[in-house]
Amino acid sequence: METIVKKRIKQVLKGDQDAYAEVVEIYKDKVFQICYRMLGNRHEAEDIAQEAFLRAYVNIASFNIDLKFSTWLYRIATNLCIDRIRKKKPDYYLDAEVAGTDGLNMYSHIASDARLPEDDVESLELQETIQREISKLPEKYRSVIVLKYIEELSLNEISETLDLPLGTVKTRIHRGREALRNQLRYV
Amino acid sequence: MKCPAEMVVYMHEYLDEEISAEHEKELRAHLQNCGECQTHFHELKKTIALVQSTSHIQAPENFTANVMAKLPKEKRKVGVQRWFRHHPLLTAASLFLVLMMGSVASSWDQDHQLSVSKQPNLVVQNDKVIVPEGEVVKGDVVVKNGDLEIQGEIEGNVTVINGQQYMASAGKVTGEIEEVDAIFEWLWYHIKTAAKDAVNVFETGETDKEK
Repeated sequence: METIVKKRIKQVLKGDQDAYAEVVEIYKDKVFQICYRMLGNRHEAEDIAQEAFLRAYVNIASFNIDLKFSTWLYRIATNLCIDRIRKKKPDYYLDAEVAGTDGLNMYSHIASDARLPEDDVESLELQETIQREISKLPEKYRSVIVLKYIEELSLNEISETLDLPLGTVKTRIHRGREALRNQLRYV
Repeated sequence: MKCPAEMVVYMHEYLDEEISAEHEKELRAHLQNCGECQTHFHELKKTIALVQSTSHIQAPENFTANVMAKLPKEKRKVGVQRWFRHHPLLTAASLFLVLMMGSVASSWDQDHQLSVSKQPNLVVQNDKVIVPEGEVVKGDVVVKNGDLEIQGEIEGNVTVINGQQYMASAGKVTGEIEEVDAIFEWLWYHIKTAAKDAVNVFETGETDKEK
């Protein structure tokens, strides 16, 4: 996998844009997933995931070809997500529940009967609860938990991706796990 | 009973798969005796399982296409090179066409002088070729880059390239009259004559055999 990616990246470095499409195709689900779990919102996640690929393309020359591309790409994605979380102003998203209603979100205010097929799968209550609890974590715990349990990276990879000492990663994972345990123990 | 504080640390070490054999033994021994820690440990494992169960969502449709559309424009050179690589046949064909056009254009450029087929009784005046009154020209007449005025008689075909032919009332042509003006007609004329020649070669070949 990494060898194909590296080959494509060399082509991209030579200026061949089409080779990048294959790289995007390989990593799109993973990057989208990081963004979705970090941000808890599909529209924002798509926005940031696209931005991450765009940044990676523009800065591809600064990527050290001897390192793992995924690590570099995930770092860009997580950093963008953290930036977005910090900048987030109280804003209205269609996904957000409308206050005082039970399970009604802004989608129900839009006259449209076309629901996305993904929504049906995701409307499972449990999934929503878990995502909500992940979204409630402070971003420094959220990023390590997402990388560890959703992207299934090793502790060393997380430390590289986030540019943090291994000890810090461990501490954050422990605290993140405890925080989630408190929220999810009665689910 | 107050549990030793390191038990929770050991649990996390266990979950990170970094626990030493010694710590694991201690943890196991403690868990067997302490219901509270057992619950805690169980809840942690359950939490992880729950978080892991949410994975596997997919990027929206057209994600790649949307990303590609947002990328800055690539250098033109590369695009052209790739096009050539992907369309070798078209490349060859266009190269052939360019060379062909080049040779045609150069041969067209070369002969802008007046030239006439060689019949002794044709009269050339400046850019004009005249078939004098009362004269009979035998064979096909070809005039290039000039006009042809027919006052007498031509026994054969007339071709005027890049010029015009004027027929006097007394003039007479037994064969076909053809005028060629533009480069494409000239080209077409060439192709036709080549084809005609080829057909002639075959026909004479066949008649030769019959004889």
